[in-house]
Amino acid sequence: MSPRFAVIVFPGSNCDKDLLWGIKNIAGMNAEFVRHDATDLSGFDAVLIPGGFSYGDYLRCGAIARFSPVMNEVRRFADEGKPVFGTCNGFQILCEAGLLPGALLRNTSLRFVCETAQIEVANNATRFTSKYDPDQLLRLPVAHAEGRYTVTAEELEQLKANNQIAFRYAKGHNPNGSVDDIAGVTNKAGNVLGMMPHPERAVETLLGSDDGLPFFASLIDSLAA
Amino acid sequence: MTSSKNYKVTVYVTYKESVLDPQGQAVKGAISRMGYEGIDSVRIGKYFEIMAHPSDGTTLEETIDAICDKLLANPNMETYRYEIAEAQA
Amino acid sequence: MSETAVKTTAEPTAEEVRDTKIYLGWSMTDAEYERAVGMLGRLPNYTEAGLFAVMWSEHCCYKSSTPILKSFPTTGPRVLQGPGEGAGIVDIGNGKAVVFKAESHNHPSAVEPFEGAATGVGGILRDIFSMGARPVAVLDSLRFGELTAAHAKDVDRNKFLVDQVVAGISSYGNCIGVPTVGGETEFDSCYEGNPLVNVMCVGLIDVKDIQKGRAAGAGNSIMYVGATTGRDGIHGATFASEEFGEGNETQRSAVQVGDPFMEKQLVEACLDVIHNHNDILVGIQDMGAAGLVSSSAEMASKAGTGLYLKLDDVPQRETNMTPYEMMLSESQERMLLCVRAGHEDEIKKIFTAYGLDAVTIGRVTDDGQYTLEHKGAVVADIPVRALTDDAPEYHLPDSEPARLKGLRAVDASAASLKITNPSETFLDLLASPTVASKEHIWHTYDSQVLTNTVIRPGSDAAVIRVRDTDTALAMTTDCNGRYIYLDPEIGGKIAVAEAASNIVASGATPLAITDCLNYGSPENPEVMYDLKRSAAGISAACRTFETPVISGNVSLYNETSHEAVYPTPMIGMVGLLEHTDHITTQAFKNPGDAIYLLTGPQGIRPDFAGSEVQKLTTGSIGGVLADVDLDAIAATQRALLTAIRAGFVASAHDVSEGGVAVALAESAFGFDSASGDGRENPQAEVLGVDVTLDLDDPLLFAETVGSFVVSVPAGKVEQFEASVAATSPEAAATLLGHVSDDGMLNILTNGDGIRVATMSAKKVWKESLACLLN
Repeated sequence: MSPRFAVIVFPGSNCDKDLLWGIKNIAGMNAEFVRHDATDLSGFDAVLIPGGFSYGDYLRCGAIARFSPVMNEVRRFADEGKPVFGTCNGFQILCEAGLLPGALLRNTSLRFVCETAQIEVANNATRFTSKYDPDQLLRLPVAHAEGRYTVTAEELEQLKANNQIAFRYAKGHNPNGSVDDIAGVTNKAGNVLGMMPHPERAVETLLGSDDGLPFFASLIDSLAA
Repeated sequence: MTSSKNYKVTVYVTYKESVLDPQGQAVKGAISRMGYEGIDSVRIGKYFEIMAHPSDGTTLEETIDAICDKLLANPNMETYRYEIAEAQA
Repeated sequence: MSETAVKTTAEPTAEEVRDTKIYLGWSMTDAEYERAVGMLGRLPNYTEAGLFAVMWSEHCCYKSSTPILKSFPTTGPRVLQGPGEGAGIVDIGNGKAVVFKAESHNHPSAVEPFEGAATGVGGILRDIFSMGARPVAVLDSLRFGELTAAHAKDVDRNKFLVDQVVAGISSYGNCIGVPTVGGETEFDSCYEGNPLVNVMCVGLIDVKDIQKGRAAGAGNSIMYVGATTGRDGIHGATFASEEFGEGNETQRSAVQVGDPFMEKQLVEACLDVIHNHNDILVGIQDMGAAGLVSSSAEMASKAGTGLYLKLDDVPQRETNMTPYEMMLSESQERMLLCVRAGHEDEIKKIFTAYGLDAVTIGRVTDDGQYTLEHKGAVVADIPVRALTDDAPEYHLPDSEPARLKGLRAVDASAASLKITNPSETFLDLLASPTVASKEHIWHTYDSQVLTNTVIRPGSDAAVIRVRDTDTALAMTTDCNGRYIYLDPEIGGKIAVAEAASNIVASGATPLAITDCLNYGSPENPEVMYDLKRSAAGISAACRTFETPVISGNVSLYNETSHEAVYPTPMIGMVGLLEHTDHITTQAFKNPGDAIYLLTGPQGIRPDFAGSEVQKLTTGSIGGVLADVDLDAIAATQRALLTAIRAGFVASAHDVSEGGVAVALAESAFGFDSASGDGRENPQAEVLGVDVTLDLDDPLLFAETVGSFVVSVPAGKVEQFEASVAATSPEAAATLLGHVSDDGMLNILTNGDGIRVATMSAKKVWKESLACLLN
């Protein structure tokens, strides 16, 4: 049995289909959509939270989605040590829900930015990044207006001390003003990862980059282990 | 300029009543789903704190009105109100 | 007098409507009022007069432009749906079809640019998914006043408009999750005060899922879904049918606010119903211009039925709304469904799952009447046909614009340009906002969501792949208003020819077009002349390129204080790539590749009327616009397409604003890694060109329509030349030189030529717009 992936769909999610396409059609896994009002994640081996504008991103990005019924289950799922991944709005939701440290603020440019960013693998010793080389340079799309990662100075020291920084924007390529060029972080236990870049947009060379494939391969590998 | 006092101006900008407020509706929906009762409507607006003093030839009210009309509020869809209080020294 | 039609409180009586001529304020003429009286056989009450006024407005019934639109070719072997529905549909094989349409939102954007542009995106998306299609791409064609104080009355206002329109498009499109993949932005002083915001949406559909906006079957239910109705946007339609004057403040309250989150839910819910519950759905239509009245009357008209609507059941956001206000409101994110009787609760349940309300507000009847009930009384009772099919149609007089004589007398020769330093002129052209990179704008659009985008903004045409097939779609928008200003008919031909060239350069076969016809007041005979003649040019070109007009929109009264914009018929074209292997960009790929100029039999011609270089060097445009040989252009395009499909072409770029010199440069600039095109050239920083043209310097900037800069791998030069010769004897492939690796744009001519470092030229081109806007 190949592992089963849940792709959470909030009202306003808009990368849900992209994430399902990536994990199911490209990576060949079992995957299905799970609605925001679902109250059961049993039978799933990993949870993926897509990008988009949950609840229009009104109030604050992710602020309303975190109160969705499914988030109680996602929290329980994470507490059990199972992998939870959020990209873009998914990252914002995980931060709002307290599953990841920090917050994502308006880009320093105050503008939405859509580009292929240069990303550095900051830690390849996570279950999401094991198939990357240390310090490998990746081309991954970003598309967001609120991607400026912020933590307190003490939290930043802890992130570093615990090797929680998984991805950084390459020097000089920080598209949003994130502190310490942080593009993606894990929780302390390493089973929850959030990142602004979209690995699911980089799984086919036809569309410009397949640098996201090892990301999903790492996760799949970790489930088999 | 010994005569000029300092004031704290608080400006509230909200959508006109006839204008749709999608954000307010989304927040109200969330409040309902969280189980709080008795909330009938939510309108979201902007809040500004401005420290100011009257400049020669114009009253503070005139200046604030002009700023609100031209910048802080979009007269096509927003209204504003403000309060002026003497600032603590 | 009908016994049933009664007035509501505080509204003028039917007699008062007649005596005070309140309808004049709704842009309804006395003659039209009399026409309505004749059709009813009695005086219309306030509500009815309002319904007539809005349904007979230019924006809803195209009364001035219909005779002209009828001249467009609208059919073809692949066309599944021509004009008349929410959007046109073209078969693309594999059981799939492409659905597309463009719409203008000029007037709302002039008043409230952010919300105007945002709701423009929302409106066109609804047209696409109301056909049953999933929207997969958006393109925007924008026109603004100029960005330099020397050429603008209010340069700050112009910058503000650009900023806000772009922010509005970005906010709505990004949130709803449909990629904005292309478009164009141009600047001319005629658009100051009346910017153009034209949005095109492309959707994909399985042929079996195609919907029609029909209210058929007496007894079936009319259901209202989506956002509640407020007083926003009342008179949007009549408002769009008037020109702007100073101090039009009351009209300026007609602002709608878009809610992309609501629309996202609406797309998913409507597509769910269409894909999974088609047996209980009879018809579906967007509530767009003139909201409820227009959508419902059209649905009944198309089915030959009547409607009985109970307005008390219309979901309302505000209190004490009158029938008139409810019917004319242009609140956004609303759809109208016709549902098989007895299945209303099933529909309701589906929409509830998406957090939306679906409410039955009436039923289909067989009496052909449009009947509205409010608070227990019938408040309108009008034959459906009177509102729709029997709307007036005007054959307005036209006369040749006085401007043309003067414009034709202008010297547009090469000598008139007084070019003394071609390298300097070249850099100035690259910096001009119309030529300069628009990255500053499209950087703020999510162009990749839905993971289908192969070619993002910045090449001739955008390309998205069609999943589960080997095919892809190319799409572009095009229109050079300056050409049409100089000669409407030839300019109309050029607009279509350039769109086709963009499509072909990307490796696709042109399929069909949509259009937004942006003009001034039709009551001005000169404007009618522009409209008629440019439509004739468009028709001729559409026949040559076999691209029927399958949808579109007309926006008249684009005037500020009686100054009209350039006649600007925006052409949106979609093409089909038979295989993703054929996808071609404008970027040079490898040093050593041969560079060809592919043209018609006459090569590059010394025509500068309306060109960017003329505007730049003389400050204005004028001269006789040279006619174009459509057949020769089509032959050249065939030659290019054949060579692309055979795999002989590394890059192709059509020659347009700025001429061959700019086309060569843009090809050498490649794509930035930062802007993220998948087909970026990793060596972009070092590429250059070494070319020799047997031309005088000014000809480097001539915009000979239907010409291409093509690069060919060194090993395929002979095959390329043979292929062009065999496909189209009319086409001429002239070897200019090769792609170099010394980072210099080295363009030799019979004169001084151009010698500039690629990177310094690129810097000028890339940074100009951001500098002008900041």
